[in-house]
Amino acid sequence: MITEEQSSQAVAEILGRYKREKKNLIPLLQEVQTRLGYLPRQALKEIADFLGMLDVDVWGVATFYNQFRFVPLGKYHTTVCLGTACHLAGGRLILEALERELGIKVGETAEDGNFSLERVACIGCCMLAPVIVVKDKIHPKMTPFKVEEALIPYKQEAKDKLREGELESGS
Amino acid sequence: MTFEEITRKAKSEWEALQNGAHVLIGTATCGRAAGALDVVGAFDREMARRGLQVPIVKVGCTGLCYADPFVTISKPGSLRVAYGNVTPETVSRLVEGYVAGDDPCLELALGTVEGGKGETIIIPELPRFEGELRLILRHCGYTDPENIKHYIANGGYYGLEKALKMLPEDIIGELKESGLRGRGGAGFPTHQKWELCHKTEGSPKYVICNADEGDPGAFMDRVVLESDPHQVIEGMVIAGYAIGAGQGYIYVRSEYPLAIQRIQIALRQAKELGFVGDNILGSDFGFQIEIAAGAGAFVSGEETALMAAVEGRMSTPRPRPPYPAECGLWGKPTVIDNVKTLGYVPLIIERGGDWFRSIGTEGSKGTAMFTLAGKIANSGLAEVPMGTTLRQLVYGIGGGIAKDKQFKAVQMGGPSGGCLPESMLDIPIDYDSLRGAGSMMGSGGMIVMDEDNCMVDAARFFLDFSTKESCGLCTMCRLGTIQMLRILEDITAGRGKMEDLDALLTLANDVKVGSLCGLGKTAPNPVLTTLRYFRDEYEAHILEKRCPAKVCPELTVYYILPDKCDRACEHCILTCPTEAIKGDKGEVKIIDQEKCSKCGTCLEVCPAEYNAVVKLSPVGLLPPSNLPAKEAKK
Repeated sequence: MITEEQSSQAVAEILGRYKREKKNLIPLLQEVQTRLGYLPRQALKEIADFLGMLDVDVWGVATFYNQFRFVPLGKYHTTVCLGTACHLAGGRLILEALERELGIKVGETAEDGNFSLERVACIGCCMLAPVIVVKDKIHPKMTPFKVEEALIPYKQEAKDKLREGELESGS
Repeated sequence: MTFEEITRKAKSEWEALQNGAHVLIGTATCGRAAGALDVVGAFDREMARRGLQVPIVKVGCTGLCYADPFVTISKPGSLRVAYGNVTPETVSRLVEGYVAGDDPCLELALGTVEGGKGETIIIPELPRFEGELRLILRHCGYTDPENIKHYIANGGYYGLEKALKMLPEDIIGELKESGLRGRGGAGFPTHQKWELCHKTEGSPKYVICNADEGDPGAFMDRVVLESDPHQVIEGMVIAGYAIGAGQGYIYVRSEYPLAIQRIQIALRQAKELGFVGDNILGSDFGFQIEIAAGAGAFVSGEETALMAAVEGRMSTPRPRPPYPAECGLWGKPTVIDNVKTLGYVPLIIERGGDWFRSIGTEGSKGTAMFTLAGKIANSGLAEVPMGTTLRQLVYGIGGGIAKDKQFKAVQMGGPSGGCLPESMLDIPIDYDSLRGAGSMMGSGGMIVMDEDNCMVDAARFFLDFSTKESCGLCTMCRLGTIQMLRILEDITAGRGKMEDLDALLTLANDVKVGSLCGLGKTAPNPVLTTLRYFRDEYEAHILEKRCPAKVCPELTVYYILPDKCDRACEHCILTCPTEAIKGDKGEVKIIDQEKCSKCGTCLEVCPAEYNAVVKLSPVGLLPPSNLPAKEAKK
C-alpha cells in the first residue's frame, strides 16, 4: 500500500508539470494512476483543488471511464479478454476457470495482494482468441485446462518471493 | 530544407536499403502477441554470431495476422521471400539458409513478395491478393513506421505539398469529386463536413482524428496507426489547411499503447522536417497536433461524446444540430474524421478525386477495410474495393471457415451491427446494401461464426456489451437495453416464452427511437438481425429447451459415451477442475452433473482415438442413470 504522504508527494510532482486547465483532468488522472497503480481518494481531492473543480465533479469523471481504478491491483494483474472473438471461442469458460484458479471474482484483488482479475472488452488480438494477459504478457488460445498451466509459473514466483521475504526478515 | 531536398535525401536512404540484403519483421501489436519481438531478438543474435551486417527493419502489419510472426527476407538480385509463423527456433535456419546462403528455405516460405515501390506488396502464391486493393494499407508491412523517410520515399507528404499550393475550396472540391464518405461507420460525405466548417465563421477551428476504435473485434485503426501513421498526420494537416484550423487532436484509446507511441514518434519526426508546426513547408500556414489518450468508454467513439472527453468531461453525447462543423470542440467549428477517412485524403489530393471515384460502387467509392476474425481460417486484415461481396471476403480472402466447420453467420459493425446468414453472402459490401440487410458497414470489424456458435448467445453478448457501455444519458438506452438483456438471459437459460420475442421487437424499436446517439440507436441491431435470420434458434431455446449449437450452459450437458470410454484411461478424471468425474480404474467414467461446471476440459483432453465425451442438448437427452439424483426422482 502507498502511504498518504507518498501519494501526495507523487501527485504534487505530477501537478507541477501541468497547467491549471480543465482539459488536463483526464491526462492527470491517467498519469497519477500510472505512477501509483490506482487513484487514492486523497489524490482525487488534490487534483480537484489544483484544477479548481469540485471533488464530486472529478469523482464523476474518474468513475465514468473504464480505465480508472480506486483500489490497488495485484502484483500479477490478470485480464481476461471478452471481446467478440474471444467470447465466441469460449471466453466465458476462461473467465470461470480464472475465478476458480485464483479464488477471486472478476474485479477483485486477492487478500495477499498477488493476483487481481479484470475483464476487458477487446485487446485487438482476435486471431489468438481466447486470450488472457498476465502481468502484461499475452497468453494466446486459452482453454480452461491451459489457464491452470499458464498460472503455475506466476504462482510459483509469488511463493518464492514470499519465502525470500520470510528468510530476510528471519535473518 | 526544401521539400525537394527532403525527398531526395529520403529516397537515397531508401534506395541504399533496397540495394542491399535486409530483413523485414512485422512488429505491430498482433505480431508482438504472436512473439515477433522474440524473433527480432533471435535474428539479432544469429546475425551477430555469424558476423553478418544485414539490417533488420521493424515494419508494420501485412494483414496476414494468422501467419504472425511474419518475416520477409529481401536480397538484391534474388527473390524476396515471405515466411509465416516464424519462431526463434526457425530463425537460425533462415539466417543460415537465405541471409548467409542461397537456399530460400521454401519449406518455411509463404511465397514470394512482389511490388512495394510506393505500391502495395503482393504475394502472388496466395489467392487472397487477387481480390484485394490496398490503398490505406499500401505501405504496411514493408516500411518502417518509425522512420518518416520510408514514408516520404514511397510518395508520402506529396499530397500535402500539392495541397498547400491549392485553394482550400479546390481541396474540398476534389473531395466532393472523389465521393469519399466517412469510414467511422455512418458514411457521411466527408466534403460536406469540411465545406460547412470552412464556411462557418469562428476562430480557432479544430481538426480531430477519431481513433477511439471501441468495437470489440475491430482493429483496423490500430493497425493503420501502428503501421503507417504518417498518412493520418498528413490527412489532418490537409484538413486543417482546408478548413482554416491551426490545431488538431488525435483521440486514441489508451488500450493501444503501441499506436500512441508510434504516433508520438511520427509527430516528432514530422515536426522536425516541417510537415507539422509553424510555416509548414515554407508557407505561412501553421498546424499543431496533440494526442489525447482516451480513458476507456465505448460511447466516446460518438463525435459529440468524443469532444466532451477531449475537453476533460464525462463522455456523453449531446443533440445534433448544431453539428460539430459549426459548434464543436469548446463550441468552435470542428471537423472530426475517422483514421481511415483522413488516411485517404493525401492520396485523393495526390492522384485526384476522379481516380478515387473510379473505384467502388455508385454510392460507395474507394476501398473498404475489414478485420477478419472469429471462426475464419486466415484471420487478419483485408482491404477490398467497395462492391466486393461478403462471400469473396470470407472465402476468397479469409480462406473460408476454420477446421472445416459449417458457416453460420457473419457479424459486422460490432455491437451496432447485425448478423447476416449464408443467404446474404452475395450482397455487395457498400453502405446502402448492408444497411438494407439490417447490418451496417460499421468501422470494419467482421466476425465469422460457425455451427458451434449460438446466435441467441451472440445477441446476448452484444447487448451485454451495450448495457455496460451505455453512458446512461437516455432512459431507453440505459434501461431498455437492460430489459432486452434480461429477456435474452431468460431465453438462453431455458426460461423463455414465445411472447418474449414480441416484447423484444417492441423494446428494440423503443430503444432505437428513444436514444440520442448511435450507441442506443443501433444497440438493438444484433437482436433484430438474429431474430430476422435465425428465428428457429430462438424457438428451439424456448419451445424445446434446446440450444442447437450446444453453447448455452443451462441447456447443455456433457456426457461420456459408455461404449466409447476406454475405461483404463483417466485423462478426464485427472484434469476435471471440479472433480466431477467418477469411475474406478477399469470402469466407465461418469460425470456427476451436479458438480460439473461445464468447462469442457474432459472433451478437450479425451484422446482422439476414443472421442468419448459429447455435448447433449436438451438436457433431457441424458440417460436417466446419469441425471442428478433430484432430477431422476421427478
